Amino acid sequence: MQRRTIHIDESPIRFDLWRRRLPNWLQRFLPSGGGSHEDHHGKGMFGFTVFLLSESIIFLSFIFTYVALRLTTKNWLPPGISGPELSTIVVINTVVLLSSSFVIQPAENALKRNQLKKFRWLWLITIAMGSYFLVGLLIEWKSLDFKITTGLVGSTFYLLTGFHGLHVLAGVVLQIIMLIRSFIPGNYNKTHFGTSATTLFWHFVDVVWVFLFSLLYLWRA
Amino acid sequence: MTHDFSQEITGDRESENSQNQEGNNWQQYFTFNTDHKVIGIQYMVMTFMFFLIGGLLAMLIRAELLTPESNLVDRPLYNGLFTMHGTIMIFLWIIPFNAGLSNYLVPLMIGARDMAFPLLNAISFWILPPAGLLLLSSFFVPNGTAQSGWWSYPPISLQIPGGGLINGEFIWIVSLVLIGISSIMGAVNFMTTIFWMRAPGMTFFRMPVFVWSVLSAQLLQLINLPALTGALILLLFDLSFGTQFFKPDGNGDPIIYQHLFWFYSHPAVYIMALPAFGIFAEVLPAFSRNPLFGYRSVALATLGIAFISIFVWAHHMFTSATPGWMRMTFMATSMLVAIPTGIKAFAWTATIWRSKLHLETPMLFAMGGAAMFIFGGVTGVMLAATPFDIHVNNTYFVVGHFHYIVFNTITMAIFAAIYYWFPKITGRMYAEGWGKLHFWLTFIPANITFFSMHPLGLQGMLRRVSSYDPQYQGWNIIASLASFLLGASTLPFIANIVGSWLYGPRAVDNPWHATGLEWTTSSPPPRDNFEEIPIVKRPPYDYGNPKYSIIENSNNNE
Repeated sequence: MQRRTIHIDESPIRFDLWRRRLPNWLQRFLPSGGGSHEDHHGKGMFGFTVFLLSESIIFLSFIFTYVALRLTTKNWLPPGISGPELSTIVVINTVVLLSSSFVIQPAENALKRNQLKKFRWLWLITIAMGSYFLVGLLIEWKSLDFKITTGLVGSTFYLLTGFHGLHVLAGVVLQIIMLIRSFIPGNYNKTHFGTSATTLFWHFVDVVWVFLFSLLYLWRA
Repeated sequence: MTHDFSQEITGDRESENSQNQEGNNWQQYFTFNTDHKVIGIQYMVMTFMFFLIGGLLAMLIRAELLTPESNLVDRPLYNGLFTMHGTIMIFLWIIPFNAGLSNYLVPLMIGARDMAFPLLNAISFWILPPAGLLLLSSFFVPNGTAQSGWWSYPPISLQIPGGGLINGEFIWIVSLVLIGISSIMGAVNFMTTIFWMRAPGMTFFRMPVFVWSVLSAQLLQLINLPALTGALILLLFDLSFGTQFFKPDGNGDPIIYQHLFWFYSHPAVYIMALPAFGIFAEVLPAFSRNPLFGYRSVALATLGIAFISIFVWAHHMFTSATPGWMRMTFMATSMLVAIPTGIKAFAWTATIWRSKLHLETPMLFAMGGAAMFIFGGVTGVMLAATPFDIHVNNTYFVVGHFHYIVFNTITMAIFAAIYYWFPKITGRMYAEGWGKLHFWLTFIPANITFFSMHPLGLQGMLRRVSSYDPQYQGWNIIASLASFLLGASTLPFIANIVGSWLYGPRAVDNPWHATGLEWTTSSPPPRDNFEEIPIVKRPPYDYGNPKYSIIENSNNNE
């Protein structure tokens, strides 16, 4: 039997290199100090992105509750209740909401290029699409044969769609504020952060809806 | 190094200070002010008020436990007392105090003029006083405060006596959601400040460990706090709007609440503890004149603790019908936390190893707190072991363990921080003798109080009961009497702080000869913190090289 001493350098994981290099790698990926005090747009967008991170955790906690309850509940639908239907209203609502992302982004780009008129028109269309979604949600709620107190299906459905609808409402209110601000003379630069944040928020609301739509309507009981 | 501070601690700065103090009147602390230093002091003073209230509730609990019978307060009130004690101490004392201290120090330590979003900062603070008062107001609603402990587990928390819409539990949930909103806004602010506002040359590995700790703790606030907010919203719906998420009789699952709750509330322990570790890492090097041992390892261990703590929450649920694979997994991850924490503890020890210690009050509190953390940490590893945890679950052993962490470690660290940065914050020196008296009056009774709980728990005394078997009375009397002494120890502290703030001798800019950036500006710092934004060229703990100061102003280069 031939014996060979394995030196720590020869181990495939190379702990010594990790220990020495990890701090340097981190240093390279993370920004170094200095000079960002006046970058209001950059600071604002960083803060807003971080805020959306924590927003997504609230949604995740609700989705976790929904999935966990759904997987462990034997009689998910109480007798006589058919659950959320993939109706025409829902499909049109989803199409309108998701396509509004492709309207708001050109609007923001137009503002960056100082095309104020184009920005206002596209922005107004986005507001209309968001409002349409909210009205559609209310119509859908009215047409359903169960309430928030009707078993777990009612509790989770109204919680998820209601919380998401609240976010759509907040997005529409932000959009209206930004539209009004765009008419205040000399306010273009100030609106820039607001519009970028609103656009990001709107994309976020859309992405959340993709998950909620799949979980609520496509996952049949 | 043998350097005597006493000569240089005080100095005549009357003339310079009068200039800095213009506009520094007491009324500004009661207004909507956007200066991070004013907000920091507002936070710290307000949370100290809640500390006193929470402490008084604890005295009442201990007084009730002097005798085996329940004869001082009735049981609903006793339930309310321990619920409010826990809630206030966690959500209105330690977490917001750390937010206030970080608010004061982080911009100074990284060389910024203010926080990234000053207006948001003021809003985050001003949410707290109404939320705290709302919580206290629940003592006066019919049927009293929330009574289900600070966990508020359903279905117990859903059993409301009387059943009115406005009840203690409802108020408890609303005020906790408000406090959570304030914390999330604060976390956004801290993250942006630390990432974007650092002075030139202040790279990540030149940041003091305290800033690393704040970064890690606030990251946990961002990632984990929303889960608690989500759980509380669901609980509120169950309580008031007839939903059934957590109602076992309506197919709901109360265990889901426990998952969501502990997903935040376990990391919350580190949200409280990491800033305390950061305080140790500032105070211990300063008073032993040694650089912090293994600075990079300590900084990365801070992030490591934060990261691991996200994956350990179910160790609070070993007795909640948790399946075996989950117990094993979470036992392993919980014990893993001991590695980065151990790195920190060894770094503290190595920092003060063979150095000439200067035993001023901040150092006493920091050393006492760090030593007590070893004890609390060891019982923590014991509790992470599933079989042992099942044995002592819901007994006073657990209460003793976490009071070793939250009082003997974190609150000691907070006192160390108050004494250490007192000259910087107020521009005056505290009275050393009173400080030392406060330390010994805290350290000894605290240890007696919380040590007694360990044998009590091992013998089987349950927590959250107002009457108990007479065999437990001996240790309970010891714990109660020591806790009254512990409560009294706050009096010399208040006298010292208030008296010194008003009449103390003027402090110089850097009484401890510390190397952090915050000591390079005047005491108290001017409105914009620095006359000129410093350029950082040195590592943060350069005590080995006393001739260097940590910064050189751009003027000095030319």
